[in-house]
Amino acid sequence: MSIAAAPTSFYYPHRNLLGIEGLTPAEINGLLDLANDAAELNRQVSKKQDTLRGYTQINLFFEASTRTQSSFELAGKRLGADVMNMSVGSSSIKKGETVIDTAMTLNAMRPDILVVRHYAAGAVELLSQKVGCSVINAGDGSHEHPTQALLDALTIRRNKGRIAGLTVVICGDVLHSRVARSNIILLNALGARVRLVAPSTLLPPFAERLGAEIFTSMEDGLKGADIIMMLRLQLERMSGSFVPSVREYFHFFGLDHEKLKLAKPDALVMHPGPMNRGVEIDSAVADDNRSVISEQVEMGVAVRMAVLQALSQHLSDQ
Amino acid sequence: MNMMNENTLRSNTEKNGSKPGNKIALINARLIDPESERDELGGLVIKKGKIADLGPQLKLNAPDGHEVIDCGGNILSPGLIDMLVNTGEPGFEHRETLATSSRAAAAGGVTTIICTPETDPVIDDIALVDFVERRARDTAIVHVHPMAAATRGLKGEEMTEIGLLKDAGAVAFTNGTSSISSSRVMRRMLAYAKDFDALMVHNTEDPELANTGVMNEGEVSSRLGLPGITATAEVIMLARDIEIVALTGGRYHAAQLSTSAALDAIRGAKSRGLPVTCGVSINHLTLNENDIGSYRTFFKMRPPLRPEEDRMAMVEGLESGVIDIIVSSHNPKDADVKRRPFAEAEDGAIGLETLLPAALRLYHGGHIQLPTLLRAMTSNPAKLLNLPCGRLKKGAPADLILIDLDTPWVVNPENLHSKSKNTPFDESQLQGRVMRTLIDGNTVYNLTDQL
Repeated sequence: MSIAAAPTSFYYPHRNLLGIEGLTPAEINGLLDLANDAAELNRQVSKKQDTLRGYTQINLFFEASTRTQSSFELAGKRLGADVMNMSVGSSSIKKGETVIDTAMTLNAMRPDILVVRHYAAGAVELLSQKVGCSVINAGDGSHEHPTQALLDALTIRRNKGRIAGLTVVICGDVLHSRVARSNIILLNALGARVRLVAPSTLLPPFAERLGAEIFTSMEDGLKGADIIMMLRLQLERMSGSFVPSVREYFHFFGLDHEKLKLAKPDALVMHPGPMNRGVEIDSAVADDNRSVISEQVEMGVAVRMAVLQALSQHLSDQ
Repeated sequence: MNMMNENTLRSNTEKNGSKPGNKIALINARLIDPESERDELGGLVIKKGKIADLGPQLKLNAPDGHEVIDCGGNILSPGLIDMLVNTGEPGFEHRETLATSSRAAAAGGVTTIICTPETDPVIDDIALVDFVERRARDTAIVHVHPMAAATRGLKGEEMTEIGLLKDAGAVAFTNGTSSISSSRVMRRMLAYAKDFDALMVHNTEDPELANTGVMNEGEVSSRLGLPGITATAEVIMLARDIEIVALTGGRYHAAQLSTSAALDAIRGAKSRGLPVTCGVSINHLTLNENDIGSYRTFFKMRPPLRPEEDRMAMVEGLESGVIDIIVSSHNPKDADVKRRPFAEAEDGAIGLETLLPAALRLYHGGHIQLPTLLRAMTSNPAKLLNLPCGRLKKGAPADLILIDLDTPWVVNPENLHSKSKNTPFDESQLQGRVMRTLIDGNTVYNLTDQL
């Protein structure tokens, strides 16, 4: 049983999805195809499938999240899984329990799929080594957020018909962004040209070696762009430490219609959310018809359904 | 982002609402342009506040219909650019204002003042940059460009809006007399400033090591029983900064160095090709710690006056090009804060008016060539700050000075134009001085009017 009406020949060879790193272009495309089918299904009145009936999915979030958690929850439920949400931030950490202890405890409850977000880079992989079920990385520190990159790719593909050859500009706080890292890897794998635009203080060291062209001004970086991905700037980074102020950041790095003119006329504007209107993006641009920010959220559910289904191929009685 | 600021340029040409000087010919002059190494007899013609023509062909032939100024064979040089001036405005107007400092500047041949943000309030916001520019336009008789604070309130913690401040007209960024101790803050700032091609001007003294010191740490401080500031405090901060420049690529200028060890560090940085430059104050080129004598507070300054060997190293560094800029480090202080026991007196000396005559000591002493000396006060700072002045060439602003190299005179603080009289050259015999100063072709100072 699968999302697609016609059975897919796609086989996903991994037990987990810990990052985009390590996936082949064929695997990425396979997941995107599957997700595209799910997107169609999601537009029908009756969305419920029984692909994951009897499976237990636990969403284990060590860091607060509204949209990613609810997106995974909905994806699991639409495929018929029993979904449980656990927010650890408020309970176990304060009691001194380590990530591994938490994982072992949950593992003893025999889940089939663990969806994990953690504030520390590498923590999800560490946890995956200690449990018997499949693990999906829903974001680990500033490292990777693979389902976000997949949903971004699906959104681009549906709008542009392709990814190869497109110029994708990622703007903003790249330094702290797991979204940017996963996207850089995925877009490179599928043949897009990636540019990063940010003040030097928000760029990772040796960013040019990550597979992207580096710009420190929007004027230069946005020229000829097909896709503009704006990143969220965290509040605590706005006043004097990484950038001087919101006012200055918006003036030089906020996407407004003036700067948008530098991109191709049919350029798409994307944002992983949640947006800071008036900080990294002007309200008028966020609500412009070139903005596909809502579609990204929609594709989010579809991509997570595809990932859950792909991983379920590996589930068997223990 | 690297655009020259329009407001600044406008204020330059509409100073005090006066029109730029037009159709003026300066003849019979020794033209010295440090940038092109021109040194020849000739003349210069001004049109609409700018240099329209110059050369030997104009030595005695003024074009028709021009006002003629006979320079009497004296030196005609670009006006000086002083990169380190405390004006006292806003906040310390009892010590100095933009108006009084500009009159001192004009009398000293300084046609462009770069003022520090160490005022009250600190110049760390675009509205305050605008305030200084407006006040300068309305009250100052020379050009004034503000440096803005590199960190909010000069506290060394949060960087200021470097991009917006630069667009508003700030020509450089500095933390004033205090050094930024946090390497993390310094790194972020230089990385960020690089994106805007902004220049960071830093005072290099490790505050932990300098601690409560009030003069150079050495034999003299030991005899006087005063807490000293070791030369190491300067080089330790500078060496750290140089490594951060290597890491970030930000443009960096050491505001005023005083020790031979620091110059070694600069030499090393330059040979590595780093965007590092440095300045020295006129005081550290011409005075040493022995001048403090019996606790003379007019010689109390930051960095402190150093031993004679360091002073000689400064002169040598200037001659060899390791030092790029000479500044006056003009810092007016009233008697209330100077007539105190040495340790309790405030730092600082005025210097705008004596900058050039004191520097000429090095020329008369045979230590430094005249073009080298002038370069450090004209084209070098102009290049560093991306200013169009500081050169004798067609199209450059007619900010010019006429220098009498030889006439001796004695400094009488009462005749100095600064509101504060804390000059270390009190009663000094100097040789040579500025005879006339032109801003945008207009004479703003004429020595014969003063005598």
